[in-house]
Amino acid sequence: MAEQNNSLVQISDLYKRFSISGDLLDQLQFKGGKLTRRKEYVHAINGVSLSVMKGEALCVVGESGCGKSTVARTVMGLLTPTAGQISYRGERIDNLSDKQMLPYRKKMQMIFQNPYASLNPRMTIMETLKEPIRFHNPSMAASEIRDKIAEVMLSVGVDPSWGERYSHEFSGGQRQRISIARALAVDPEFIVADEPISALDVSIQAQVLNLMMEAQEQRNLTYLFITHDLAVVEHFGTRVAVMYLGTLCELAPTKQLFSNPRHPYTQALMSAIPRLEDNRPDYIKLSGEVPTPVNLPTGCVFHGRCPHANERCRQEIPTLTLLDDGTQVACHGVEENRV
Amino acid sequence: MPLLEVNNLDVCFGLRSGAVKALRDVSFTLERGERLGVVGESGAGKSVLGFSIINLLSRPGHISSGSVHFEGKDLASLAPGELRSIRGNRISMIFQDPMMTLNPVLTIGVQMIECLLAHRRMSKADAKRVALKKLQQVQIPSPEKRLDQYPHELSGGMRQRIVIAIGLLLDPDLIIADEPTTALDVTIQAEIMDLMLNLCEQNNVALILITHDLGVVSQVTQRMLVMYAGRIIEQGPTKEVINDAQHPYTQGLMNALPQMAIPGQKLNQIKGSMPPLQDIPKGCSFNPRCEYVMDICHQALPPFTRSGNCQVACHMMAESAQDKLQLKEV
Repeated sequence: MAEQNNSLVQISDLYKRFSISGDLLDQLQFKGGKLTRRKEYVHAINGVSLSVMKGEALCVVGESGCGKSTVARTVMGLLTPTAGQISYRGERIDNLSDKQMLPYRKKMQMIFQNPYASLNPRMTIMETLKEPIRFHNPSMAASEIRDKIAEVMLSVGVDPSWGERYSHEFSGGQRQRISIARALAVDPEFIVADEPISALDVSIQAQVLNLMMEAQEQRNLTYLFITHDLAVVEHFGTRVAVMYLGTLCELAPTKQLFSNPRHPYTQALMSAIPRLEDNRPDYIKLSGEVPTPVNLPTGCVFHGRCPHANERCRQEIPTLTLLDDGTQVACHGVEENRV
Repeated sequence: MPLLEVNNLDVCFGLRSGAVKALRDVSFTLERGERLGVVGESGAGKSVLGFSIINLLSRPGHISSGSVHFEGKDLASLAPGELRSIRGNRISMIFQDPMMTLNPVLTIGVQMIECLLAHRRMSKADAKRVALKKLQQVQIPSPEKRLDQYPHELSGGMRQRIVIAIGLLLDPDLIIADEPTTALDVTIQAEIMDLMLNLCEQNNVALILITHDLGVVSQVTQRMLVMYAGRIIEQGPTKEVINDAQHPYTQGLMNALPQMAIPGQKLNQIKGSMPPLQDIPKGCSFNPRCEYVMDICHQALPPFTRSGNCQVACHMMAESAQDKLQLKEV
């Protein structure tokens, strides 16, 4: 398959669940005169398979609680998957020890949502940027490190003479530039960005997005971009993966997804974006709320809110199927040509 | 007489390091049943404007000059008792985070009935009936059950519906909604905005919608204000402002939206960021970021100039208006 040769990161059949039942004593309970042990889990990711191609910006969108951030963190190795595999350039990385993981850490970096929380308040910017470089290149001379820091600071538009300042002295947009600089400092190939602009104002969002696009061009970066903002996706993404309740419902090239969304959930999501042009919202109304990931619905996870759901949707879990136009969609309705 | 009239409002926060002016010379009017959008970046003074209308400012913030008239009455000079009879009753407010607005240790029913009994002479049973009716209006499934539930038992969208229901309880004339959907997901946001729009239209309620989302403003409101560093810099009918923005800041804001750019191309960004309120530059506060900056922008505050149905505070507009006048005289 051509797809596999070109892929940088491969996620296959990923599952992640979190226990919410507490310790042993919390799990024990009396039921009908018997002592029973009960375990409950949040099923955050349920069988997601994705591959990120070299040089692309793959956007993952979905509502809060759909598992998009969990995917990002699992890919980075910040969480261990419950089941499934993650490979980087064909090598499996999810089961490596910390030491074995080290060379991959240098190639994969992450940008977090909140620049107020992700920068150490007790470190100067210089120290923040020096740490990853020294850690990953122990043989580098001090003067080389200094030059490297100056270079990355310049590349994100932060004056190198501000290096002695602390992060609280900067505005939100500048802080996010600094976290991007920290990610770029070790010359990574792959960057996972988890909602990097949603804490910023519109005029600052544009600055940070431009910066990320510039960096991608200059350094030939690959992005896994997590966001809930579809307008940003349309502008930034090469391909888009739409998630709902821990499963992938649709995966398509950006242009195609926006011109011809196939999954009923994608269609509803698209129609809900507030647009400047039209007058009154003419959106597809979804009934009900997102079910909890503790007790997943049977069959298709979206069937409770889907206007096209039928008996098969309630029973059978749909799988991603490749359509003629290159879109991959997990929907019985699309498969049967009734949506 | 307009429903609400705000004249030359200045709001000041007296801090140890000196007074910070959060609002400067803000004036606008709102008619009965009109929907007004207030947009701007964080720190532009949008929320302070909402708070100062019903005088919810807490120390060290205070209205240093100017007035707010509601149906002709000056709200700033009312006695606390009189103000209480207007707050929550004639003017209600919806805040961003419904979890912070609702009391976590009281059931929804208790909170709704309390609000009704505080303002109306009615029996508890009647109050419960009204509360049920309002919950139905905001399309909450099985409203009887909700009355006995606590806020933590409900989802974010459901909580915000409850807050809206409480806002509507006493049939107010004006609702001030401060970022009501910012904490919610897009699909839920669309539902809530649609709901608010319908309720306002049906009951002829005026709405002040404070948000940073231009898309939401364009879909819900009839008129809009654009704020920057504590001042209104442009106001007019929403459609005109959005389709034909005059102020360089408003233009920049529109152009910075990803949907305005060609996919894959660079976005048009406004350079720099908004100055902190402690040190706003002299003259036009936008001058360090403006690409059309002239000498006069550093010296004098731009006056409001009419442009179509809009009012714009920019020297460029003022100059071109003067040129037109001179042309006429010649």
